[in-house]
Amino acid sequence: MPTCKVDGKEVEFENGMTVLQVCEQAGAEIPRFCYHERLSIAGNCRMCLVEVKPGPPKPAASCALPAGDGMEIFTDSEMVRSARNGVMEFLLINHPLDCPVCDQGGECDLQDQAMIFGRGFSRFDEDKRAVKEKYMGPLIGTVMTRCIHCTRCVRFSTEVAGVTDMGLLNRGEHAEISTLEKAVSSELSGNVIDLCPVGALTSKPYAFNARPWELKKTESVDVMDAVGSNIRIDTRGNEVLRVLPRLNEDVNEEWISDKTRFAVDGLRRQRLDRPYIRKDGKLTAASWDEAFAAIAEAVKGKSGSEIAAVAGDQVDVESMYALKALLASLGSNNVDCRQDGAKIDNTHRGSYLFNSSIAGIEEADALLIVGTNPRWEAPIINARIRKQWLTGGLKVGLIGSNLDLTYDYDYLGAGPDSLKELAAGKGDFFKVLKGAKNPMIIVGSGAIARADGAQVLAAAKAVADKAGMVRDGWNGFNILHRAASRVGGLDIGFVPEKGQDVDSMLNGVVKGEVKVVYLLEADEIDTSKLNNAFVVYQGHHGDKGAHAADVILPGAAYTEKSGTYVNTEGRVQVSRVAAFPPGEAKEDWAILRALSAKLEKTLPFDSLTDLRNKMRGEFPHLAEVDSVSAGNWGDFGVAGDMAPGAFENPIENFYMTCPISRASETMAQCTQEVVLNVREATGTNA
Amino acid sequence: MLQDKDRMFTNLYGYHSWSLKDAMKRGAWDNTKALIEKGRDWICEEVKSSGLRGRGGAGFPTGLKWSFMPKESDGRPSYLVVNADESEPGTCKDREIMRNDPHILIEGCLLASVGMGAHACYIYIRGEFVYEAQILEAAIAEAYEAGLVGKNACKSGYDFDIYLHRGAGAYICGEETALIESLEGKKGQPRLKPPFPAMSGLYGCPTTVNNVESIASAPAILRRGADWFKGFGRENNHGTKLFCVSGHVNKPCNVEEAMSIPLKELLEKHCGGVRGGWDNLLAVIPGGSSVPLITKDVCDTVLMDYDDLKENGTGLGTAAVIVMDKSTDIVAAIARLSYFYKHESCGQCTPCREGTGWMWRMMQRMVVGKATVEEIDMLWEVTKQIEGKTICALGDAAAWPIQGLIRNFRPELERRILEARKNAA
Repeated sequence: MPTCKVDGKEVEFENGMTVLQVCEQAGAEIPRFCYHERLSIAGNCRMCLVEVKPGPPKPAASCALPAGDGMEIFTDSEMVRSARNGVMEFLLINHPLDCPVCDQGGECDLQDQAMIFGRGFSRFDEDKRAVKEKYMGPLIGTVMTRCIHCTRCVRFSTEVAGVTDMGLLNRGEHAEISTLEKAVSSELSGNVIDLCPVGALTSKPYAFNARPWELKKTESVDVMDAVGSNIRIDTRGNEVLRVLPRLNEDVNEEWISDKTRFAVDGLRRQRLDRPYIRKDGKLTAASWDEAFAAIAEAVKGKSGSEIAAVAGDQVDVESMYALKALLASLGSNNVDCRQDGAKIDNTHRGSYLFNSSIAGIEEADALLIVGTNPRWEAPIINARIRKQWLTGGLKVGLIGSNLDLTYDYDYLGAGPDSLKELAAGKGDFFKVLKGAKNPMIIVGSGAIARADGAQVLAAAKAVADKAGMVRDGWNGFNILHRAASRVGGLDIGFVPEKGQDVDSMLNGVVKGEVKVVYLLEADEIDTSKLNNAFVVYQGHHGDKGAHAADVILPGAAYTEKSGTYVNTEGRVQVSRVAAFPPGEAKEDWAILRALSAKLEKTLPFDSLTDLRNKMRGEFPHLAEVDSVSAGNWGDFGVAGDMAPGAFENPIENFYMTCPISRASETMAQCTQEVVLNVREATGTNA
Repeated sequence: MLQDKDRMFTNLYGYHSWSLKDAMKRGAWDNTKALIEKGRDWICEEVKSSGLRGRGGAGFPTGLKWSFMPKESDGRPSYLVVNADESEPGTCKDREIMRNDPHILIEGCLLASVGMGAHACYIYIRGEFVYEAQILEAAIAEAYEAGLVGKNACKSGYDFDIYLHRGAGAYICGEETALIESLEGKKGQPRLKPPFPAMSGLYGCPTTVNNVESIASAPAILRRGADWFKGFGRENNHGTKLFCVSGHVNKPCNVEEAMSIPLKELLEKHCGGVRGGWDNLLAVIPGGSSVPLITKDVCDTVLMDYDDLKENGTGLGTAAVIVMDKSTDIVAAIARLSYFYKHESCGQCTPCREGTGWMWRMMQRMVVGKATVEEIDMLWEVTKQIEGKTICALGDAAAWPIQGLIRNFRPELERRILEARKNAA
């Protein structure tokens, strides 16, 4: 291995590393603004200058300079210090130095580095530059006078997010970052706030809310989609103020979607904070005891087949485990976690996982997307696909709606016919899949959540088998879920083995065969069919499910409970309590445990640890937190004819897909401005 | 004085037509086929041994630059890019070549391309050169028509295409990597080096960017031989060169002269001397706005070549000699240059983006003495904070004129400050 000297210390490095990386490896910290590991190298801030020998007698930008064998690098010589001090002075002369009123204060790269490289005073006697305010949509707040032109945001949006909305206008000291006065049309736009090293781009919804040192930081997991992005929840008191990404190379790298980041203001609105009972057609506040008594009264004398339960898309595995146990104790096997009616079952774990794993996308060289819009259903996964596509090594084909996915693809058709052709080994794209080293297929809920879903699944499997997608060491068959609870629910068998699924439950209610329905945060079903039944709604938001309920039990949202979630890859992750449920609301497992006692079917656990131990005893893979255990493989799907209709994407509006995001004002603004493209008059525009 | 027989640019003043017919009468395109057939290595070697150094300002040996191009293609084509984005204040040599002798340039493009194994050449011409672009376009069409370029150029069996691309008038696009960016259709901002264009330039392919004059010198060198070219100028500073003399001389002119000609001789022989006599000389900027000025005592003896000017704390640059007599407000003159660099900074990297504006504002105050004496030192420091810290050389170019001013005219700066203070009191 080549070696070089960093400040006199001999270090080995791999060919292709930059001087900056070698210095980091050697433990020498290099200040930087424009450099970011995941973006292309711009080399424009000039803060990372180091002295390199042999070389010209001037400092070199370490971020862009490839390290060479035998190089001598100095990170703290007189030349380096004066160069960095000089650059810092230049950065500060036109920076407003309004730290006291800047939201970035306390977590600002410029502020931090100015402490080291800045002067204690200013020599700049001229007028400072002021930059006209910019509009970048409802999420990104701007004070462009603070901008230091590192272009991280421009590089992020063009490279990672794949939109050309951001750019640098003009030149010289008149250079300005701009989106031409419109919102950034990306689901990942919020990440530029984290990337911005100064307070030029800040979170609009979080503006002037708190200082970072006032916040309690809780590491947790996101539930807005099935990706399971790793997040940090920042709270002050009991209020969730913001959500930030947490590094996890295997899942979300360091990005999160805008919904993950900004929907949390929905946690403050429409909350269920006390039990309710419907009296004379009206929901009236009640005590826990009264609510439980009403449920006990309704359940009394009902046979198991008359009781059913549906789990929603954001439920933790523990709660589902408890609910399933409760229903079993009542003699019912009518449980389902597939609100959308996806035709998948849990016989083979491999049949419902994203088997190649999210990071595995970076090994794929051919990809077939069936019936999904990954850009809306899992923006983080879409960004990975784009990342791999950008290397030039991935060819993508799509069956479904023809959309802008931020990368090019071969459009193969709208519906099952095209899939059938591939399953028969026909078509040019089949040759691409067949010839690929690591081919992949991603099947979305638009393909399997339909009446002929099982047949579609079988056809997709046929494509996978025929194209050689499944072999030792590589499984290219992937289901892309939308619901954070789905894989966990399937894992613990929250599906009716001999009972009724969601469709037949609802029809059963209409027919009067099902008399009590327990909705655990289930809001995405056709509640108009529930009129004939006694409906219990346990959840955190007064959304569709609660409106149809006869008894409401206020539960906890994902930020308020510790729960296990299994993401679409089958990765087991545990969320942590960042805040407490509002009012009388309780953690969901505890509600079910208390209710079971009232029903005289007391569940066999007294604490979350107890419950978790039991659950992990039964399903050992759930104990392996932060890891993926591969799914078993076998026959699945039902061979047969598929209906001719096109695969439709289930998401109409990316910003509102769950009770939390529907309650969020920020998401409502995004809907207005990004999806519907309507901008409120501000008084200055005509 | 250079004899007429040794001039390369025989129609520099446009006394004759630029057309192919007349250019051929002057010797252009004379048996170019034979030169091509001598082969790539011969061309490269000949230019190398002629001692030709880049005429665009940096003075990098041209033949050596060509030899960096890959000998065997890895599948990527090689490109020659001709930098005709001449925008350095004071410089107007390339303009005259393109205006009056475009065929020398086109022939040079062909020969240089053979010398580096390129089959396509792009001429990036400054946007403001509308007339020159029209002529060059017409000359290229003539050359295509006559079979001198295009498929089987000059019947040599060598395929060669040449394209003219008009810039939009940004000074920074004269920087070779910014020029490449602009040519690719992007914003003209310099790229980081390495990788150097010879490895990865235009469209990621091996590219050599050369100045118009360098390329236009190639035919004469190859025809008359390296030794002829080497016969002019001092060691390491060979050849003939176009000098653009402007400012306070009696007859400002463009003139081709041998390298290493004494500055005084250049001004007196060709330009009718300094206005008001040699003793009326205040300072000279010898190489276009980017190099530091020199005062009269240096001008007395300095030779116009790369090395002697460098020894005297300045540079040959583009050999655009700007002469200033004692009537010049030297501070205002340099302040105007500062404004130019502030205006033309691309804004990509910090020291240049922020520093050029700062320097210009300070210079404006220096002009009227609205400053303190300490601020002169501060200004010096600021120029040093920019110099050598930027991606491209524009930062250096902005810093050097001010450094030259402070080095040579500090008493004048101080006088203005003290006078302004006295007037205010």
